[in-house]
Amino acid sequence: MSTIEREVPSTEELRKELRRKEEELRDLRARVEAWEAEYEKAPKRDVLFTSISGREVEPLYTPLDRSDDDLYLDELGLPGRYPFTRGPYGTMYRTRLWTMRQFAGFATAEETNERYHYLLKNGQTGLSVAFDFPTLMGYDSDHPRSLGEVGVCGVAISSLDDMETLFDGIPLDKVSVSMTINGPAIILFCFYVAAAEKQGVSPEKLRGTVQNDILKEYQAQHAWVFPPEPALRAIVDMFEWCSDHAPSYNPISISGYHIREAGATAAQELAFTLRNGFEYVERGLARGLDVDAFAPRLSFFFDIHNDFFEEIAKLRAARRIWARRMKEVYGAKNPASWRLRTHCQTAGVTLTAQQPENNIVRVAYQAMAAALGGTQSLHTNSMDETLALPTEKSVRIALRTQQVLAHETGVPNTIDPLAGSYYLEALTDELEGEAEELFAEIDELGGVVPGIEAGWFQREISSSAMRQQEEVERGERVIVGLNDFTDGSEEVTIDTLKVDPTVEERQRARMAALRERRDDDAVERTLAALTAAAATGENLVPRILDCARAYCTLYEIRHAMEEVFGAYKEPVFF
Amino acid sequence: MSEGERKIRVLVAKPGLDGHDRGAKVIASSFRDAGFEVIYTGLHQTPEMIVNAAIQEDVDVVAMSVLSGAHMTLFPRVRRLLDEAGADDILLTGGGIIPEDDVRALGEQGVGRLFGPGTPTGEAIAYVREWHREKTGAANAG
Repeated sequence: MSTIEREVPSTEELRKELRRKEEELRDLRARVEAWEAEYEKAPKRDVLFTSISGREVEPLYTPLDRSDDDLYLDELGLPGRYPFTRGPYGTMYRTRLWTMRQFAGFATAEETNERYHYLLKNGQTGLSVAFDFPTLMGYDSDHPRSLGEVGVCGVAISSLDDMETLFDGIPLDKVSVSMTINGPAIILFCFYVAAAEKQGVSPEKLRGTVQNDILKEYQAQHAWVFPPEPALRAIVDMFEWCSDHAPSYNPISISGYHIREAGATAAQELAFTLRNGFEYVERGLARGLDVDAFAPRLSFFFDIHNDFFEEIAKLRAARRIWARRMKEVYGAKNPASWRLRTHCQTAGVTLTAQQPENNIVRVAYQAMAAALGGTQSLHTNSMDETLALPTEKSVRIALRTQQVLAHETGVPNTIDPLAGSYYLEALTDELEGEAEELFAEIDELGGVVPGIEAGWFQREISSSAMRQQEEVERGERVIVGLNDFTDGSEEVTIDTLKVDPTVEERQRARMAALRERRDDDAVERTLAALTAAAATGENLVPRILDCARAYCTLYEIRHAMEEVFGAYKEPVFF
Repeated sequence: MSEGERKIRVLVAKPGLDGHDRGAKVIASSFRDAGFEVIYTGLHQTPEMIVNAAIQEDVDVVAMSVLSGAHMTLFPRVRRLLDEAGADDILLTGGGIIPEDDVRALGEQGVGRLFGPGTPTGEAIAYVREWHREKTGAANAG
């Protein structure tokens, strides 16, 4: 044990020290003021000196921007320690790089399975499933509403049969899989658990994540099925089931990505996402769950936009706010409940259809911000995503972008390397303050669900989107190759992926064959049991698992629940 | 009120299952700011729902936003249903992630201009105004 060996300074020495510090501060203040006067007179470029979110950025940050009572240990601490500002894990990328996880899916389960094998062979370390719109909305490939959309924007998965094909030859106890599905998440999750079962993999061995964040669907992305209350009940059912049966699986990824893509600012993304997270925690507590039983498996997903420092600060602020609330408000005792772990994706909305090769550069900067912000996994967008689904070549470049970042730039060598930057710390504090203000505003609305029903989130997001559009159209915000630096080379000359037009037909044939060969009695029995369970407070996961094993289809299962839950109707406005 | 004084009425529609409405809402707001009468359908509309709304609201223009890749199904269906309902004078235009080849093919099927990512909203507004001027000009002459 170390003791303070040096002599305790005398009062006189302390006074001297204090005076010296005061003088230094006065001197600094005077010099900064003189500098400011000089700055005022200097010619300035005629552009907006604001972040992409519209935040005023000062020309210079100094120690004066940190308040005196900011104690290092309270505000920043060490990585892997409360309040986690510097990173969720103690040794971060020294122990393990972020997971390189490219979101992929198109056509049928067979074609996507091939793409997964290709990605794994190329050094990708996790999988991420993109479903088509019918699947996202809970419709089967042969439902009339699915016409023209089957396998177009993602892979069509209508039953356990499709899910088994999707992961053919991919050991689900070894590869972690993320699934972007929300409205019918509980159903696709059960298909996944049942597919693992068929491989002989029990749920406790499953690693991975299902997005399952319905609140941001109502707010921003709009792939919903059920109204808020039953939808939230199904989510808490999954928290409960996973904490008992699949302890290494993340039953939710609380997502700011879609909120940001729909137009939100960085502060709105931060605040709405975390506030949604608190809502899920409160729902779990209301069920009587122990916060430390489920909170450690809550995971997050943020967007990484163009403003380099704002995005890094956003991730740091997110970790600090989450840790403080979980500990101080929700009484979590397990440090794992305080720790915010996140996936990140570069911002699709920043990609341009004009001069698409420039997107490679945008993505590279965004990826670097994600790593400097301390992300746990990362998807880098492909340059051609404003034109079509990405080709193999453009996906490979996107993945190589991460590999260059990880292995050539030195960024992962030291943990949270920008900490202590006057600008970055001021920005982190500022974002935290703005988030707290937005939390108060949401509380005044009565909480998240009343805010959604009143259209408040949707309007806030839309008006931010409109402001950004106007800035671009007035030329105040330069987008290279779009409203400036155009040289006639904007025409698209790169190859784009075309999805095979026979997909819908093949998928319909698959569905017909499945309906033919399955046991109709088992289908009817398990669906009836699910409807009955939906009407009681019983946990739905075991019932839906039974339906999955009986090869009930996605829409059949959705329908069996909808009989009790009803469907969501959106408030329409613009 | 004479025909010429009537505001241009536009139905902004989101067909299909795709919920990405940032573009639809931005264009709806811009059309309104430009002085058009704007009706927005909300999400997840079938072609039948869109055509019913267009007829009921007596619009001049249907502007659809499609980012899901389903444009080759959705645009021709809405065009056909409009024509079948005797509304072949309604302009069907729109925007989204639509490859050049498909834009040309849809143009041949009676679909108006389709705007891609990065288009200034003013370009779509000018197009609708120009189309309307030509149409009402032709009607007055006839």
